[in-house]
Amino acid sequence: MSTPNATTSHLQEGLTVNSSRRLNFKFNGRSYQGVVGDTLASALLANGVIVVGRSFKYRRRRGIVSDGAEEPNAIVQLGSGATTVPNIRATQVMLYEGLEATSVNKGYSLDFDLRAIIRLAGRFMPPGFYYKTFMSPKKLWPFYERLIRLSAGLGEIPKSPDPDLYDSINAHCDILVVGGGIAGLSAALTAGLAGARVIITEQQPLWGGALLGRPETVVGLSSKKWIEQVIDRLKGMKEVKLLPNCCLFGAYDHHFYTACETRYPPGITIPEGEVRERVWKIRARQVIHATGAIERPLLYKNNDLPGIMLAGAVSAYINRWDITLSRHAVVFTNNDSGYRAACDLVRSGASVVVVDPRAASETNRYAKWSDQNRVEILNQSWITEARGTLRVRSVIVKRSGEGNQQFEFTCDLLAVSGGWNPVLHLYAYSGGKPLFDEQRGCFVPNAKIEGQQQIGAANGSFSLAACLNEGVEAGIHALFECGYSASVPETTEIESVEEQPILPFWRLAESGGEQFIDLQNDTKVADIELAVAEGYRSIEHIKRYTLLGFGTDQGKMGNIVGMAVAAGLLKQTIPETGTTTFRPPYTPVTFGAIAGRHVGPLFDTVRKTAFHSWHCSHGAEFEDVGQWRRPWYYPREGETMQQAVNRECLTARNQVAMIDASTLGKIDIQGPDAVTFLDRIYTNGWGNLKPGRCRYGLMLGEDGMVMDDGVTTCLGPNHYLMTTTTGGAARVLGWMERWLQTEWPELKVYFTSVTDHWATISVSGPFARKTFEQVCEQVDLSSASFPFLSFREGVVAGVPTRIFRISFSGELGFEINVNANAAQGVWDAIWEAGQEYGITAYGTETMHVLRAEKGFIIVGQDTDGSVTPIDLGMNWIVSKKKDFIGRRSLARADTKREDRKQLVGLLTSDPARVLPEGAQLVANPDEPLPATMIGHVTSSYWSENIGRSIALALVRGGHQKEGQRIYVRNRDGETIAVNISSSVFFDPEGERQNV
Amino acid sequence: MFLIECPWCGRRDQGEFSCGGEAHIVRPASPDDLDDESWADYLFNRKNPKGVHLEQWVHIQGCGRWFNAARNTVSNKIVSVYKVGEEPPHPEKRKPVPESGQ
Ligand SMILES: [Zn+2]
Repeated sequence: MSTPNATTSHLQEGLTVNSSRRLNFKFNGRSYQGVVGDTLASALLANGVIVVGRSFKYRRRRGIVSDGAEEPNAIVQLGSGATTVPNIRATQVMLYEGLEATSVNKGYSLDFDLRAIIRLAGRFMPPGFYYKTFMSPKKLWPFYERLIRLSAGLGEIPKSPDPDLYDSINAHCDILVVGGGIAGLSAALTAGLAGARVIITEQQPLWGGALLGRPETVVGLSSKKWIEQVIDRLKGMKEVKLLPNCCLFGAYDHHFYTACETRYPPGITIPEGEVRERVWKIRARQVIHATGAIERPLLYKNNDLPGIMLAGAVSAYINRWDITLSRHAVVFTNNDSGYRAACDLVRSGASVVVVDPRAASETNRYAKWSDQNRVEILNQSWITEARGTLRVRSVIVKRSGEGNQQFEFTCDLLAVSGGWNPVLHLYAYSGGKPLFDEQRGCFVPNAKIEGQQQIGAANGSFSLAACLNEGVEAGIHALFECGYSASVPETTEIESVEEQPILPFWRLAESGGEQFIDLQNDTKVADIELAVAEGYRSIEHIKRYTLLGFGTDQGKMGNIVGMAVAAGLLKQTIPETGTTTFRPPYTPVTFGAIAGRHVGPLFDTVRKTAFHSWHCSHGAEFEDVGQWRRPWYYPREGETMQQAVNRECLTARNQVAMIDASTLGKIDIQGPDAVTFLDRIYTNGWGNLKPGRCRYGLMLGEDGMVMDDGVTTCLGPNHYLMTTTTGGAARVLGWMERWLQTEWPELKVYFTSVTDHWATISVSGPFARKTFEQVCEQVDLSSASFPFLSFREGVVAGVPTRIFRISFSGELGFEINVNANAAQGVWDAIWEAGQEYGITAYGTETMHVLRAEKGFIIVGQDTDGSVTPIDLGMNWIVSKKKDFIGRRSLARADTKREDRKQLVGLLTSDPARVLPEGAQLVANPDEPLPATMIGHVTSSYWSENIGRSIALALVRGGHQKEGQRIYVRNRDGETIAVNISSSVFFDPEGERQNV
Repeated sequence: MFLIECPWCGRRDQGEFSCGGEAHIVRPASPDDLDDESWADYLFNRKNPKGVHLEQWVHIQGCGRWFNAARNTVSNKIVSVYKVGEEPPHPEKRKPVPESGQ
């Protein structure tokens, strides 16, 4: 518990504005000067910039209303080019030299834009305007859509890739404190002093929260001094991590939180190697929400005029930034915090009138002050209207009682406080249901959530004394829960002041005109009235209909007011009406931060085979198959894709060709129960497979649907090598492990993925043997001693290999597995040996054509998870003698249906016509749309070997329809006649692979 | 994102695991003896309780082992973790808890 060396000056640069250091910046193209310590918002106010943007829907002039994350009007675009970022709140950006900002909603020349056209229809758009207005006539929709799209959205997205680095970091701590105001700092200090691992985040660049704007005395120090001292002590604790400029934006299960730290604001050039933003993924044992509160506005006519600000923000701009905001101010408040702004305004030299709907109180501690400072306090009074064109010029005040007096006060600033809303977003994200507290006039946390505490203003405790004390108490409680013994820090006393209770009221029924609830989305009281009049009852529906809270600020200022207004109109209580759902993120998070380092080459793993560089140097075009990069075809000089594929196909059937088949999944299976396991997982039987022999197997889900296929070889006693489809490798291994571990743990069998260990070369064609025997002299390759579907071990080009006589092309073929590290030499040797027979390498496209000619399916292309082996006409592989996964499902009423979609071949009437894959099939080409679809094309190619197009399709009851004519109906309305045929188009007897 | 106690590796982030759904569904010993309805029940029908749910998890990015977890679907609190073949927690511990916490 040592107190580190204090270097108190400029611990937080900008805690006090340093007016000697000037900064140049531009706003909407005009140059201004601010000082170190300014936010963009304070600098604009100091420069007298009153109008900072236009409202989204009605293009009304709007000014800065707040000093924090809730700001609905001062939303800017920062920076330019590739690093520009829209939707940044001017209240949250610290000014820097050369900053350039534009209003996201300035419109064109601030006076005319597309929305002005929309306005011609009527002065204001009611809710549901788009639905109601643009639905007819239908023909005009494309025009409307273009118009709406042009006028929708805030700001501009960058036009080129963001060159900056973003990253993310995982962090763990005992206690996470969210919010660096007085309550949060007090909790963090308590926890830090006990030696706990603490992370404290603060969304603003500076520590202190609301305290920054209040010249109070805390523990005998000025508020600024107190903040500096606490930060200084926390910085000296090595287990405490301070994260300013870091907005905690999401809360998830088991105390997992996400926060985004802005390391360099948009528009600033960042040093080499530094990151712009960093997402913190924090796992905490205990979490303390010290997220503060957001002040509410009040409702009266024209309450959106520039020059109307929240009272707390007025205090902050006067105290923290030393800005003279006003000469003649009116304060409209239903609670005591408005009086603080009145005091600050008086000190800054303004004349002040306070309008307070509450009755005058005997105990009002401001009574004497108001007399001394000639402040007029109008009790039991309401503002009904603000007047002015460019900004507020006067207010109309109505006083209840004798004759309902009405006054007009001239003013250049209206400071408003309708009470405070605790920031309960994190509590609500965690499943908490806030409770409406009538006395305090706000929602407060209700039932405790394990491991969470809400303190200070976030807990509805608005006095500094309560904030400080709740911080200490929460710190101690969290320490206790984490197993630390806590010591109470030095006495923390603040004079506790008696406040007159708030008078929560939401609107005056007689105030007419435009009363804005959501300033960013231009949602008015009249909109809620219309929604209720049209029958909307649920607050979630009213919200969607009126767009309440739909802006980038998510209605931080206006939502609760809107709900209260709706409750009044529905003649319900606020708890009955409830709140809308709170959803992360708390403030907008950039895509850059979310993507982090997972961009460019790090976006996804790229898997390359041992022969990848050979493929590249031989001109291969590649195709992505899962994460694998596979050669697609190898075009020669001047060849189109079709020409290259035709050549590869002809060579494979007439000469010899080779393909890199390394990506096929390979699973090594060992153990005394290996055969038992294979029998259960495959549809066919494995008991009689002798060492040295291979067999094709089909795997089903328990629902009877085809899941994967491949050849499995018996390498020796109790030792098998299974191959799977390229895409299914991981899934099949996981599937087998699951059955083994959870259902049949008694089986002694072990699975190992050897996909990457073995590179695979497949050589096929009439000259495959002649080619291969040149490089593999020890093995007798004759059909008699090495028949189709058998396996030998042998040395090829000096390297030990496994050789399989299998084929996916239907030709005489050898598949060679070789250790990936030694594979290139084997490939090269075969390539050399094949030269005299005109060997070619072929890619996945030719592989697909060759197998389709033979009617061999590709699982996932010709099947889609709703296809049984019977549907594929593969009854021959379904054992009747044993049980296996999925067998019972083949006898279900639905799987036995004869009109299921079944695999057939299709031959177009025009042999040159290649059907589009996925095309829908119909029986009657003249049936009006929507036509009855009887199936779809799954595979379709030009076959150079056959000299015509071929296709595979799934057709309802197709096995009984061979020879029948059906039709493809294309999207453009064209019909193509096709005849159903056998799915085997070439060498139906299968002679070629056996030679 | 849950924290899950792998019985072999200890506490790890949910990102390392994958959930396999309801646990303790035993594959019928002789499927042929089941009528379509009973087989469909085994195949398709799953519990969806508000409260403690016994489910299978696999430490797919870790040791690769399957195990069972009893998770409260309201609070997402993991009541207990146990190996395949072990008994689930006592039914008393599986009662639904109030929505607003423990
Ligand atoms: Zn594990």
